[in-house]
Amino acid sequence: MAGRLLNIQGLKVHFKTDDGWVHAVDGVDLSLDAGETLSVVGESGSGKTVTAKTILKLIDMPPGRIMDGSILWQGEDLVPARPERMRDIRSKEIGFIFQEPMTSLNPVYTVGEQIAETVRQHQRISRKAAMERAAEMLSLVHIPNASRRVHDYPHQFSGGMRQRVMIAMALSCDPKLIIADEPTTALDVTIQAQILDLLNEMKERLGMAVLLITHAMGVVAETAQRVIVMYAGQVVEEAPVEALFDRPLHPYTQGLIRSIPRLDLAATEHRRLEAIPGTVPSLLSPPQGCRFAARCGYAIEACRAAPPPLREIAPGRKVACIRAEEIA
Amino acid sequence: MAQYLVRRLLIAIPSLLGISVILFTVLALAPGDPFEELATNPAIPPEVRANLRASLGLDDPVHIRYFAWLTSMLRGEWGFSFVSRIPVDDLILQRLPVTIAVIGASQLVALAIALPVGVYAATRPYSIFDQIANTLAFVGFSLPTFFTGLLFILFFSIYLDWLPFVFRTDIEATGWNWWWQQLRQSIMPIMVLGLFQGAAWTRFVRSAVLDVIRLDHVTTARAKGIPERAVTLRHVVRNAMIPVVTLVALQMPAVFGGAIVTEQIFRVPGIGSLLISAILANDTPVIMAVTFVIAALVVFFNLLADVIYGWLDPRISYR
Repeated sequence: MAGRLLNIQGLKVHFKTDDGWVHAVDGVDLSLDAGETLSVVGESGSGKTVTAKTILKLIDMPPGRIMDGSILWQGEDLVPARPERMRDIRSKEIGFIFQEPMTSLNPVYTVGEQIAETVRQHQRISRKAAMERAAEMLSLVHIPNASRRVHDYPHQFSGGMRQRVMIAMALSCDPKLIIADEPTTALDVTIQAQILDLLNEMKERLGMAVLLITHAMGVVAETAQRVIVMYAGQVVEEAPVEALFDRPLHPYTQGLIRSIPRLDLAATEHRRLEAIPGTVPSLLSPPQGCRFAARCGYAIEACRAAPPPLREIAPGRKVACIRAEEIA
Repeated sequence: MAQYLVRRLLIAIPSLLGISVILFTVLALAPGDPFEELATNPAIPPEVRANLRASLGLDDPVHIRYFAWLTSMLRGEWGFSFVSRIPVDDLILQRLPVTIAVIGASQLVALAIALPVGVYAATRPYSIFDQIANTLAFVGFSLPTFFTGLLFILFFSIYLDWLPFVFRTDIEATGWNWWWQQLRQSIMPIMVLGLFQGAAWTRFVRSAVLDVIRLDHVTTARAKGIPERAVTLRHVVRNAMIPVVTLVALQMPAVFGGAIVTEQIFRVPGIGSLLISAILANDTPVIMAVTFVIAALVVFFNLLADVIYGWLDPRISYR
């Protein structure tokens, strides 16, 4: 589709290591419309963070390398884009929120200086006006006494407050898309909910699209409209949020959903928390067939023979499992 | 800030007192007699020597001599050299400017090498530039200054005959020519010290920058759309300077130590050569005063390091 805000096709990102090439992202398709929230879920090492960082070319190259595929941003392919063009896009068109608010801010500058630096990189305004903009952004993300706190250093903020600062920074140039890479993983549970609420509120007020990377299914349910499930560097399922929770198609997604602790069932049915047996396969030499086959209770000979294609089996529902119709 | 400085200066007083006690005791325990020559001179009767010793208080117990030294120091009387009979403070004031000029210039040379080379190498780790810089730095800080000093003299003074190898204080020139002559004779000691320090610091700057360049906030800076050059200068080098400042300041004692050797090789009439000749002559007042001045400088540089440290790193407060 031509009109999409972001359209990634067949993206492959590999990393060179002493042992060989790690196929971190191996053929990922992903697309997002303006104003939409898409969530990418998967466990550690599934390639979701690499995918997100590759959009802004924030991975280290080398050792990383985009082997194949295209990243169409409003129709423009970013894979061959020059560094100057990437710098224009970063923050101004696509904002990025990182996982670790404790370490993602520079300890030697005030938060106001760091937000103002972003603003001044993309807009020709005075230092003073940029600081005013920074204070404005801090009050937008509900930091009390914003006009005073712009002069504080990151170590004077708590983890949750720092993540608010990061969000303020990512939003400071009115981007069309925000990529949030596990924005709540490093935070306390109560703070997690506050940050997710804040993200939802910002999205409602400012209308940008959000690409939310997470490994927590609960986070997905609260924020996203559509979900992409990644496993071992590939997309295994794509679905609207309610459909995914109602009727997950891929055995891996089913496992993920079953592994969410449920207080309501635990008391009445004495259900044990289920885990998915086994671990993610080595991405140095991924298995030939379905990458989940070794951990899958439904795997048959055909699963191991050839990689299952990502098929659209209902409108908006895609799955990479040859037995999806039988088992779902 | 002012309160912090005052408190730190007050803390410096007991440290300096402690240093002076140790120095004095060690010197008192050391063998040697400043009037050894008189003992071997048959023209001088032993009574004269004994009277001299008594008049200078050399036969008193150590603690009494120490307090005598301390009270006169506090009054601003640094005593007289046993050898030249010149007041010690005059001697030091004669020699200190040369040492400070040579050490200061060599440290500037060292920083001028270490900062750009270390930062550039760290931003391109394992590149050809990095490998060459690393190898040269390794060679540079493995070679002691007394060896490179002799090598320099051999090459630039004797083989090429470009530079004088003895530092002269009696240059008969004025104006620009005087400065030119000074520069010509200072350049080798400055370079020997500067290259040695520069080599050591290059390796340190490189590893400090490499530590910072991996941090998350550097990726954040890139995600803001800041050009790579500005990311390096504003977000990497600025943070990497914090450990470098500490190292530079804490190495100052070693630099003074190294300067003593270098001054001796190039015959630079600095505080180091004053110390060596005083030690050889058992000239206790001079030894005591020079070592004490060096100790005071070291304490001062430590204080300076702490002040700069707090200025570079807002997480540290002056309390």
